[in-house]
Amino acid sequence: MTNSNPVPPRPRTAWYRRLAEHFRLYWQLWVLTLPAIAFILLFAYVPMYGVQLAFREFDITKGLTGGKWVGLKYFRRFFNDPLFGEIIRNTFRISLWTLTMGFIAPIILALLINQIGSKRIKGFVQTITYMPHFISTVVMVSMLQIFLAPNTGLLGRFFGRESEMGNPSAFTPIYWISEVWQHMGWNCIIYLAALSSVDVALYEAAKIDGAGRLQLIRYVDIPAIMPTAGVLLILNMGSVLGVGFEKVWLMQNTLNITASEVISTYTYRIGILDNQFSYSTAIGLFNSVVNFVFLIVANTVARRISDTSIF
Amino acid sequence: MAFAAQHSRSHAGPRPHRFRRARGQQKTTRDRVVDFVIALILLLIVVAIVYPLWFIVIASFSDPAAVATGQVNLVPKGFTLAGYAKILTDGRIWTGYRNTIVYTVIGTLVNLVVTIPAAFAMSRPEFKPRRIIMFLFTFTMFFSGGLIPSYLLMKQLGLLNNMWVFILPGAFGVYNMIIARSFFEQSIPEELRDSARVDGVSYFGFFFRIVLPLSSAIIAVIGLYCFVGHWNDYFTGLIYIRNQDQQPLQNILQMILLANQTEQGSAGMTAAQSQNFADQIKFGIIVVSTLPLLVIYPFLQKYFNKGVMIGALKG
Repeated sequence: MTNSNPVPPRPRTAWYRRLAEHFRLYWQLWVLTLPAIAFILLFAYVPMYGVQLAFREFDITKGLTGGKWVGLKYFRRFFNDPLFGEIIRNTFRISLWTLTMGFIAPIILALLINQIGSKRIKGFVQTITYMPHFISTVVMVSMLQIFLAPNTGLLGRFFGRESEMGNPSAFTPIYWISEVWQHMGWNCIIYLAALSSVDVALYEAAKIDGAGRLQLIRYVDIPAIMPTAGVLLILNMGSVLGVGFEKVWLMQNTLNITASEVISTYTYRIGILDNQFSYSTAIGLFNSVVNFVFLIVANTVARRISDTSIF
Repeated sequence: MAFAAQHSRSHAGPRPHRFRRARGQQKTTRDRVVDFVIALILLLIVVAIVYPLWFIVIASFSDPAAVATGQVNLVPKGFTLAGYAKILTDGRIWTGYRNTIVYTVIGTLVNLVVTIPAAFAMSRPEFKPRRIIMFLFTFTMFFSGGLIPSYLLMKQLGLLNNMWVFILPGAFGVYNMIIARSFFEQSIPEELRDSARVDGVSYFGFFFRIVLPLSSAIIAVIGLYCFVGHWNDYFTGLIYIRNQDQQPLQNILQMILLANQTEQGSAGMTAAQSQNFADQIKFGIIVVSTLPLLVIYPFLQKYFNKGVMIGALKG
């Protein structure tokens, strides 16, 4: 980047000449990208470099990477942590339920909305179903608390004297149902886009062959959204251990903690609240690596099976 | 049961006969049944989404005792503005509001200034290093250093208890950049660049004078995404801000709504009355904090849709 001079009089080597020529032509594009590169290096790659803290003792005087090397000590501690099994089970349970239901619901909703003939009703249903997407996590969780309040809440009055928010076995259903409620409308936009690009001739041809409404959905609509669904499924696999921190954290309380402690909340508790920086970093790294492996596996499988992949 | 449902729908909601039908073809009975079931399911979904939101609005205007005993169902009962009066005098909410507006406006502007030019550069096919730069960018979507290394970095940069922590770390959004890049690739014709080059227009000139004026739609989309993201951000305040005066709205809401730190009702209330009043304040606060987004959103809906669709094409 420092070299933005015009071509030097007699370049000695071919690579040097090409580089100079490149910057002469494209230095303005470099300038336009430079802030982005700087931000990503500082705020994404510096922490990535700092992840070696997982293998070191944290030493406040020596900074992020100066502590004594201790190898896998903190990973071993995590695997031997009495909470390890529970945290992994909770994380997988919450995330698999949410991923599965959050994947299916928008597809069904899109297929249904696509059946609406009237443009106005269609627009109305879309506007309504997108709306909850803009509610913040804090407000969403407090809505859950208010509605589930025992005796007085809109739903809570049907569940007896104890709040379901404190019931460990209700945690996962409350989590995924509210996730689906909030985001299914928004997530179906992408499928509606795919459906709107279906060639009308396909419907006409199918109708001439005697296809009814359900067959049109089965043999025209569903194949039309399969590629989109495939890509989204792969992307979702990359976050199989990445249950959103905010919502779980806000829904958590001492009564449901056995079902609601997940990797991200544990990382926060250990790291920020207990100041065990190295241990927390190790748990976070474990989490990232598992996610990454899932993503790669899902991508490879999808490419083999259906030629769909994201890279 | 089916008849009852059919009957009730004749008063409100989508009517089955408006549903799509093949031109010139008679519908079969079976298709009619399918139509009916689809309409019924959609009606249930719409009610399931609208009713909780509507309930919060009417509960915020109703007598808290009536809400607690389940007498408020469709319209406010015992109309009162006491909850809102209390909210208006709660200084914490206004501080939070002011902070959020400041962080959101500056944050969104910085976001756009960093993201859009990078997206333009990444959309130029003749710019060969873009492949490796794109890899550098997208890799961060799938792998990150995690909480503690980021926290220690912010600490070292002096961003703890500093308003710039809301703005700088998220200034460049890879996902938004990909959306904008797809937009540039699809909607800026190659001929435009060719003729600009012939006229001796540099990349700067091309970007600022030709591309940007054609890109108001994508700037709106990205700006809106950033706006919503900043408005609803709770995580940053939780991790990096200890000082209550600097907390954004969401963190103040968490304190009031979830940690139950509502200001107490006036003297002379019983415990139950006080609790009911606290609940009414919560309903009001939910309305006050969420309203700005929900009110503007139907008008901007087409831009949001556009963003999702542009993003979908390139994935």
